[in-house]
Amino acid sequence: MRQLDLRTPLVGIDSVDHEARLLRLWETSPGLKGFLTSVDHKQIGIRYIITAFIFLALGGIEALVMRLQLAGPNLSLLTPAQYNQLFSTHGMTMIFLYAAPVLSGFSNYLWPLLLGSRDMAFPRLNALGYWIYLASGLFLYAGFLTGNGPNDGWFNYVPYASRDYNPGLNEDFYALGMVFLGISTTVGAANFVVTAFRTRAPGMSINRLPILVWGTLTASVANLIVVPAVSLAFFLLWMDRQFGTQFFNPAGGGQPLLWQHLFWIFGHPWVYAIVLPAMGMVSDGLPVFCRRPLVGYSLVALSTVATMILGFGVWVHHMFATGLPGLGLSLFSGASIVITLPSAVAVFAWLATIRLGRPVITTAFLFFSSMILLFVIGGVSGFMTASVPVDWQLTDTYFVVAHLHYVLIGINLFPVVGATYFWFPKMTGRMLNERLGRWNFWTMFLGFNLAFLPMHLTGLLGMPRRVYTYNDYAGWHALNLITSIGAFVLAIGVLLFFVNVLKSLRAGAVAGKNPWDAPTLEWAVSSPPPPYNFAVIPTVASRHPLWEEHLDQGGATSSIDRGMLLDEGKETIATSGLDAVPDMVLEMPEDSFAPVLLTLGLAVLFVGLLLKAWLTVGIGGAIAALAMLAWFWPRSELREREPARG
Amino acid sequence: MKPSPLDYIGGAAGLRAQQIWPLTWFTLVISIAVCVIIAIVLWVAVRRARPQDNLLEMRAIPLERGGNGVRWISIGLIISAVPLAATLVWTMVTLAAIAGPPAHPGLILDVTARQWWWEVQYSSPHPPEDFTTANEIHIPVGVPVLVRLHGIDVIHSFWVPKLSGKTDVIPGQTNLSWMQADRPGRYLGQCSEYCGLQHAHMQFEVVAESQEDFDNWQSLQRQQAAPPVTREQTQGLALIEYRCGLCHSVRGTEAGAISAPDLTHIMSRRTLAAGTLINNAGNLVGWIQNPQNIKPGNLMPNQYLSAQQLSDALAYLESLK
Repeated sequence: MRQLDLRTPLVGIDSVDHEARLLRLWETSPGLKGFLTSVDHKQIGIRYIITAFIFLALGGIEALVMRLQLAGPNLSLLTPAQYNQLFSTHGMTMIFLYAAPVLSGFSNYLWPLLLGSRDMAFPRLNALGYWIYLASGLFLYAGFLTGNGPNDGWFNYVPYASRDYNPGLNEDFYALGMVFLGISTTVGAANFVVTAFRTRAPGMSINRLPILVWGTLTASVANLIVVPAVSLAFFLLWMDRQFGTQFFNPAGGGQPLLWQHLFWIFGHPWVYAIVLPAMGMVSDGLPVFCRRPLVGYSLVALSTVATMILGFGVWVHHMFATGLPGLGLSLFSGASIVITLPSAVAVFAWLATIRLGRPVITTAFLFFSSMILLFVIGGVSGFMTASVPVDWQLTDTYFVVAHLHYVLIGINLFPVVGATYFWFPKMTGRMLNERLGRWNFWTMFLGFNLAFLPMHLTGLLGMPRRVYTYNDYAGWHALNLITSIGAFVLAIGVLLFFVNVLKSLRAGAVAGKNPWDAPTLEWAVSSPPPPYNFAVIPTVASRHPLWEEHLDQGGATSSIDRGMLLDEGKETIATSGLDAVPDMVLEMPEDSFAPVLLTLGLAVLFVGLLLKAWLTVGIGGAIAALAMLAWFWPRSELREREPARG
Repeated sequence: MKPSPLDYIGGAAGLRAQQIWPLTWFTLVISIAVCVIIAIVLWVAVRRARPQDNLLEMRAIPLERGGNGVRWISIGLIISAVPLAATLVWTMVTLAAIAGPPAHPGLILDVTARQWWWEVQYSSPHPPEDFTTANEIHIPVGVPVLVRLHGIDVIHSFWVPKLSGKTDVIPGQTNLSWMQADRPGRYLGQCSEYCGLQHAHMQFEVVAESQEDFDNWQSLQRQQAAPPVTREQTQGLALIEYRCGLCHSVRGTEAGAISAPDLTHIMSRRTLAAGTLINNAGNLVGWIQNPQNIKPGNLMPNQYLSAQQLSDALAYLESLK
């Protein structure tokens, strides 16, 4: 255990010498070495975001190919096998490789800046989280590109996923890839939880946290609880497939429904994990463009947590048709209906914030405010499926496809694109083009609704999900054609977004520290921020440190320019969990090859497991063990050898 | 637009679906109303917004901090709670009414879902009268029918939108569904749990008919296949026993395998290959020769029969009324 560091840090103000000293301590070395070793949360965050957007583009292309196949009845662009791999890979990509990692990216980038800290609590773990995400994404796509993509949906029900019905490597790629990715999610979540409770600026008590922090914190706690369920499920599946265990095989005493329980105990909280941080983006970003604080901060923060707590008790609403007893169904049905209420809190808070503020139309504002409507549409369709008898008709039709796309695109992609318009200036020092932004917004908004609003009706008219084609007598032709057209319009909108990002990186207007006159700490530092984030550790006295002059929040003022210098080593301050009272100087680790090496070792190990090449497994394990040895080797500069006293 | 045979908001044709139907509409109308109201409130709020071309002027707009915003949240929650509570109660009442199987079913069927077709077994107190058919379920009108669902390969789901919601068919457990048709008709059913390559073409029909028609149908189905009459039919039977009999059965002949649909009265059924084709001589020939082209990945291999063999087989199969 690291010993308490009881030095009293010097307090002072920023100076050129001080900044130069900090830069030497914190800067990542240039070139490939820096790329492979950096533990800077900002670099890691941007890598997450870029990688996630690449997966978004891949998943989008997969969707467009499927929409061509479904544009009319009885088309044969794709074989059934190709279609099944495409829809499964599309789901896997969007849910696991885009929606969650993109939020991890934003949170990684933003958290220390929002919290007034110099890095995440565990910077090397942070790097590990990214590298494993990348490696597992490549692993999963290696399956797809060799014709071994998942072919049983992202939900991967057994027995279809078992070897009897799925003899290829498809499901082995998916099962092992998901266990691999689970490591990334888990270490990332642990890092967020500790960061939220330990590395905030002095004075940033828990009731002053930005809602994005609440969202990601809640999602991370949930991930720590539920990711083990799905990792276990995939591991058991792999054991069933390769070693003849019988966990899911009814002929051997196993239970197909065990898979569904393990999967959805994870799966439903996961849905909240990929929307709550995005809702946090809206809660933090929207008020900036309404020129007022968020209405009902405490209620929104509490409802975020309440949503997740209730969210642990609704997984069976994915299983209403599986023949479970009525009493159980009633309970989960009730919980699924009641969970509407905490979600509604955020909706009313956002509406009131716009109505009671002085809204200014920017592209970010358009994405954030339109998201409210998309959220409500996705919410009410979810409410319909919460009623068991209604769900017996709705489930596994296109109604549910429409619902989940309103949830994932409406409550994840729209806020994320809005958040990019909002925080891009901070990340790059340049503004995104607002004019192109309007085109971007309207194309995405109209395309999305054109594609997915009529899809509700397609479902109500009975079109089942996951069919590679449909009959011409079914009467779904026109609706499907509209959806296909809408999908392409949406894709053009997303393309405009990428174009805007690439153009503005070079030619965007220079942003300055705080182009939106926003209230939180990230806007107090330069754009892009220096490697050490804050030259002095700020002291926070309110929820809106940069708006205090205008808002008059009870006298106390935050101190941005004067604070702890902490320039004797790579240091930041640790504070207490609730009130953020400083209690320890944290020695932060240097850049390190250990995370990327550990990832390499694990990747070799997983490839070995896939091929059942035990020598490869051993080599991978050895590389991983060496990397961990290097990682955990005690170092005096991290005070890992201090005597136990004082 | 033609009405979809799987549509479940246009109305129901049986007791069970009928109880779901108004609840579906109730939640749908509430949902649409909520979306419209929120859209209006959002529009009213956003309409006041000023477009900001020069972003640097944002800080010129004074900050606002007044207004009792929490009242919005409390009023909003109170209004939301009413339809939620109503839905909750209605859901529980409906669930209690339709979840359980009928206490005194007039007919009990055993349906086995398979990749990618439906096997239907009619049992009788006199076992010799038992028979098996495929992809077409006949039931008498006005009688509650209990359906025992058996899975032997992967998970499927039994769904007849006009009569009954979905019940999954899961290997290792027997789930129960039930339905009761109000009026005669053909009601389309569809597998609604993803089950592999031909999930799309895994349909069936429920034929609801008067008790008299049902009894006639049942007594016909109980009969064994009629013996061949012509020379062609005799040759066809030989071919079918020797080739098709590896998977199919024709009761009263040597063809007795049970891994594919029972062919004893195949010509009495309206469709082929679980709703993929209309059952007529041309489609039957096409299906026998090239099922992998019509329904790629299904478990029946292409047959490559000679013209003579094909016409013999067809002559015999067409006699299986």
